Amino acid sequence: MTEVLHELLRGSLDHCVKCTICETACPFSNATPLFPGPKYAGPQAERYRVEDEPSVEWSVDYCSGCGICTQVCPQGVKIAELNAQARHKRKQESGVPLRDRLIARPTVLGRLGTPVAPLANATLRSRPFRAAVERAFGVHRDAPVPRFAGRTFRSFARRHSSPPASRRVVYFHGCGTEYYEPDVGEKTVAVLEHNGFQVEIPKQGCCGLPLQSNGLFDDARKYVLRLARALAPQARDGALIVGNATSCTLMLKREAREILGLADDPELKLVSERTYDVCELLLELHDRGELKTHMQPVNEVVAYHAPCQQQGHWIGKPALELLDLVPGLEVRELDARCCGIAGTYGLKREKYDIAMATGADLFRQIGASQAGSVACDSETCRWQIEHATNKPSAHPIELLHRAYGLPPAGADSKRSTLRGVMTRNVERVRNRART
Amino acid sequence: MRRTLHYDAVVVGAGVAGLTAAARLAESGARVCVLAKGVGSTHLAPGTVDVLGYEPDGSEPPRRVDSPARALPAFVAERTDHPYALLGVDSIRPALEWFAERIEHGPQQGYRYLGEMERNHLLPTAVGAARPSALVPETMAAGDLRGTGPICVVGLHPLRDLWASLCAANIVRLGVEARAVEVGLDVDRPDENALGLARRFEDPGFRRTFADRLAPQLRDDERVALPAVLGVRDPHGVWSELETWLGRPVFEIPTVPPSVPGMRVSDALRAALRAAGGRLVVGAEVGGAERDGERVTALQAHTAGRDTTYAARWVVLATGGFNSGALALGSDWVVRETVLGLPVRGAPAPGARRFVPEYFGEQPMSRVGVAVDPNQRAEGLENVIVAGAALPGAEPWREGSGEGIAITSGHRAAELVRAEEGLGAAV
Ligand SMILES: Cc1cc2nc3c(=O)[nH]c(=O)nc-3n(C[C@H](O)[C@H](O)[C@H](O)COP(=O)(O)OP(=O)(O)OC[C@H]3O[C@@H](n4cnc5c(N)ncnc54)[C@H](O)[C@@H]3O)c2cc1C
Repeated sequence: MTEVLHELLRGSLDHCVKCTICETACPFSNATPLFPGPKYAGPQAERYRVEDEPSVEWSVDYCSGCGICTQVCPQGVKIAELNAQARHKRKQESGVPLRDRLIARPTVLGRLGTPVAPLANATLRSRPFRAAVERAFGVHRDAPVPRFAGRTFRSFARRHSSPPASRRVVYFHGCGTEYYEPDVGEKTVAVLEHNGFQVEIPKQGCCGLPLQSNGLFDDARKYVLRLARALAPQARDGALIVGNATSCTLMLKREAREILGLADDPELKLVSERTYDVCELLLELHDRGELKTHMQPVNEVVAYHAPCQQQGHWIGKPALELLDLVPGLEVRELDARCCGIAGTYGLKREKYDIAMATGADLFRQIGASQAGSVACDSETCRWQIEHATNKPSAHPIELLHRAYGLPPAGADSKRSTLRGVMTRNVERVRNRART
Repeated sequence: MRRTLHYDAVVVGAGVAGLTAAARLAESGARVCVLAKGVGSTHLAPGTVDVLGYEPDGSEPPRRVDSPARALPAFVAERTDHPYALLGVDSIRPALEWFAERIEHGPQQGYRYLGEMERNHLLPTAVGAARPSALVPETMAAGDLRGTGPICVVGLHPLRDLWASLCAANIVRLGVEARAVEVGLDVDRPDENALGLARRFEDPGFRRTFADRLAPQLRDDERVALPAVLGVRDPHGVWSELETWLGRPVFEIPTVPPSVPGMRVSDALRAALRAAGGRLVVGAEVGGAERDGERVTALQAHTAGRDTTYAARWVVLATGGFNSGALALGSDWVVRETVLGLPVRGAPAPGARRFVPEYFGEQPMSRVGVAVDPNQRAEGLENVIVAGAALPGAEPWREGSGEGIAITSGHRAAELVRAEEGLGAAV
């Protein structure tokens, strides 16, 4: 099956007319000569790639897998997907460093760090420690790392019961919410419930995206299939699956099936067809006149950045339209492409500078926008934006949560505070700036 | 829950035709969504607005047009199946004015298009041939071959997409004094495309260094020709500063793709769409429709994981032609419209000549398009309006008419919907 899928992807390269549109859009080849561009590494190099012969070129390692090339290609060439497979093959030949094996497993890191969060957070912000980690493991000393929340989203989910409602959704929260931003998860649940959804939160794990982008396909398959098994029963009963981690929902919708060759797994297929990005779901609700639009004014200027993976849903920018509904809120759409982090790419010693150069255009736009904060649908991008611009960054759902005037998140957790999202984030940024 | 989104109009295609129709419609208050499987020809074509450059009349090379305004009445009288005949010559001017205003008030501060239908500019191409065009970016206007002053064509190392000596030698053959110089740029890679350079030229230090290297090589009365790399976000700023520093006219020559001037057009039209509240979805391929009698009620778009249904009262089909995949020629020699399976018109009759050996020759096959009525409606459908290169009857490359047709037909498509829906006048 994998072979058949690969042939389908490969077949698409005959549609390449060498128009260079992908090269105009690639955020990374514009920032580094080490990646000569999606056309070169993709449809061009692919012609020289032979099943049981060694890889012909290495630059695919510097492709971040953001997928923008596939999105803009007017001819339907699966450029990013071909490059992901070439990267995997290359990694199989060269071996995957320990570093990549570790940073590709957010669940392992999360389980280790959560119980000792204050210590872990302090350690991760200690310069000597980071310098040592950089030397020993190759994680860049300045790369943005999130703060462990010290509690898991699961601990909230276990206690929480959603009021019965006619519409049911399954909430897929992802690892970022689980270990670092449980508040965002609580707010997502609150906003969904406010709009008449009964929210179920089954026990769940990682989608495998970081493994996939680091070329660890076998493990990625295991992770994503395990997740699909966890979510499938409710999906079979007719519930939709909704997530706030936009790259992880994309993994479920499309990437795992196309890149990992899991197109025919029945459970993944079911889950894939029923998965929604949270803003996508709310916008559809709005389209039917069923979204609550009674909101309090939020008199602020916010910049909105649509992450690459959000664009890979091929649904436009629903967050932008939702934020437009908030009275008083002035939303500035940023059109720079990418923040550079690409999940784990920008953490790596040899890629950190490239990631920062890739994001430079975005950071400049954020600076020029005079916005007080940045809304963005992906957690790793938010961390990168905060790191590079010192401006707080929130998921769009957090702004909706505020506009609805819902009770603050973390209220039933003994360790959390009652501060609003922006204050919390400002704090976080300040801390980072201090360290 | 049904996965359906509702719009007054769904526009398929994000080239010049689709973006024009969509922005114009959104400006008149319609709820509009653009669905495009990828970006349009904007990123490839030169970014000039060619209205009518040639009248193909069987002679080789075809007769050049100096004034589209004067040539068009006879041109359409002889070609009743041409898009301009369908659209009406009178609908061109307001469409071009609308376009020029959107650029002028667009995100690129101060950047303007110059020209009018009365007189074509005559600009050098990257190989030094003369190309007529009605409306051109201010950054290209000084390149008119009938203008004064010898031309110094500046090659930029390491850009491989404009060979200054070839360009200059061919300009000389046109009877205009020209020569070539090369300037090395501080670029840390063996090869850089036009877009990469355009981003670098936005850095004042980078362009200052460039200007300092070029200035001593210039002769007094020369105007300076550069590949079109003078910035994507702030072309006016980059260009006017270089003119000031160098103390003479500076102009851009479009390169082979990627086209920086075309990307500016795309950015400006997208900004106009967004400003008017329209929606743009890139990556979604439309692959089918729901119908109710003679109306299309909804389109199916392939989105990640599943299809999404976009219900619409109106559909504007601006999907381009063969090169964007909207038309396909099968091994059975049948031309198909690939998006909605609509009837086509203009295909050479069985047995008739389909192609000629000269690439830029008169290619009968290139006239195929979606069959439409005088109101651009697809044959047999009340609410599907066709615009741009998807229309039959033109040979845009040979005529130099591509953008003129795209803007005019996109604009008129919006007008038709507006009239039918009783929407307010556009702002
Ligand atoms: C390299 C090049 C150079 C050119 N030079 C000139 C010139 O010098 N002078 C001149 O007059 N003309 C020129 N042209 C022609 C001119 O650019 C085109 O005629 C004009 O831009 C067509 O615009 P359009 O909007 O109709 O179509 P396009 O710009 O082709 O846009 C088509 C859009 O439809 C989308 N699409 C297609 N199928 C689907 C689908 N199934 N679902 C969703 N979306 C779909 C595409 O992704 C794209 O966004 C040139 C064209 C090219 C490619």
